[in-house]
Amino acid sequence: MKSDSDILTTIAVQFAIMSFLALGGANAVAPEIHRLTVEVHGWLTDRQFADMFAIAQAAPGPNVMIVTLIGFHVAGMWGAVVATLAMCGPTAVLALYLARTWDRFKDAQWRVAVQGGLVPISVGLIGASAIVLARAASHNWSAVAITAITAAFAYWTRWNPLWLICAAAVAGLAGLV
Amino acid sequence: MPEPVSPPAPAAPIPSHAELFFAFFKITLSGFGGTLPWTRRMFVEEKRWMTDNEFNNVYALCQFLPGPNIVNLTTVFGSRMRGPTGAMAAWAGFLLLPFCMMIAVGLLYERYGDVDVARRLLSGIAPAAAGLIVATVAKMATPMFARFGPAPFVIVGTAFAIGVMRWPLLWVLAALVPVSIALTWWRRR
Repeated sequence: MKSDSDILTTIAVQFAIMSFLALGGANAVAPEIHRLTVEVHGWLTDRQFADMFAIAQAAPGPNVMIVTLIGFHVAGMWGAVVATLAMCGPTAVLALYLARTWDRFKDAQWRVAVQGGLVPISVGLIGASAIVLARAASHNWSAVAITAITAAFAYWTRWNPLWLICAAAVAGLAGLV
Repeated sequence: MPEPVSPPAPAAPIPSHAELFFAFFKITLSGFGGTLPWTRRMFVEEKRWMTDNEFNNVYALCQFLPGPNIVNLTTVFGSRMRGPTGAMAAWAGFLLLPFCMMIAVGLLYERYGDVDVARRLLSGIAPAAAGLIVATVAKMATPMFARFGPAPFVIVGTAFAIGVMRWPLLWVLAALVPVSIALTWWRRR
């Protein structure tokens, strides 16, 4: 059995590293969060991961708050604090630094190439998240249908996503899923 | 991106630390379904702390930086207004309420997560949450697939390596980021 401080250190290191790989934000690292928390460390079951992702999406505030839920589940209040700080702290400092220097290189060729090269990577990462999450949630045909219908409405209409989440919650309560 | 027809330079005085903190606190309070539109509304339209153009510049930068974009955005806004301590005020204002809410939800989940009603709710919400991500990526990828170039290959390659093969993120990025940047560089010359 690992001691508490060992677990907190692991949480801090893992989430801090992950934050620097999160090109495209928290949604881009859902597969990596799943890999680490379910497959590598065994902190969560598959179902718990899917639950927590869904909760973080439905709750107000940024989706990155899934790491707070995971930290809380793994190591209580301190786990939540450490996970949130590790995921949201270091990259914010980097952003501050870059925001100051970036403008200086506004027209540099390399800056244009770096920016242009990173965008498709982040879209690909979010695509990977879509694959992993859709698979994790599709335990039967009605769940697949909900994924497809929600995606279609979110793509072709400008409805607030909250209504779509509410509709799905009602369908779940009614026992349709 | 079209040139925004924006109001003239912000007329408002620079906000204090407390104003920054509560501005972002208020944004998260109303931020169901994404906080970005609310942030723009407060900064550009309501308080006039920034012009539309300044907002877009910061947003473009934070979109491709690593880490939670919206948190980075908040921090950079805070520092533009009041330096490093302003950044901290904005950061804290933005994260405090969602953090407390997650603790509350976490407590509920640990206690009642296995109750039938909670299982039904979550089994409905989980596929919808996945569907929202599918739509997000579709919206982002559509314009990129319409142009000829390396981007579609990079998108599909990344999604396949992580989403299907489940390879570790670090190695995939170490391999694909240089390739993608080199391809972009080469096409622009």
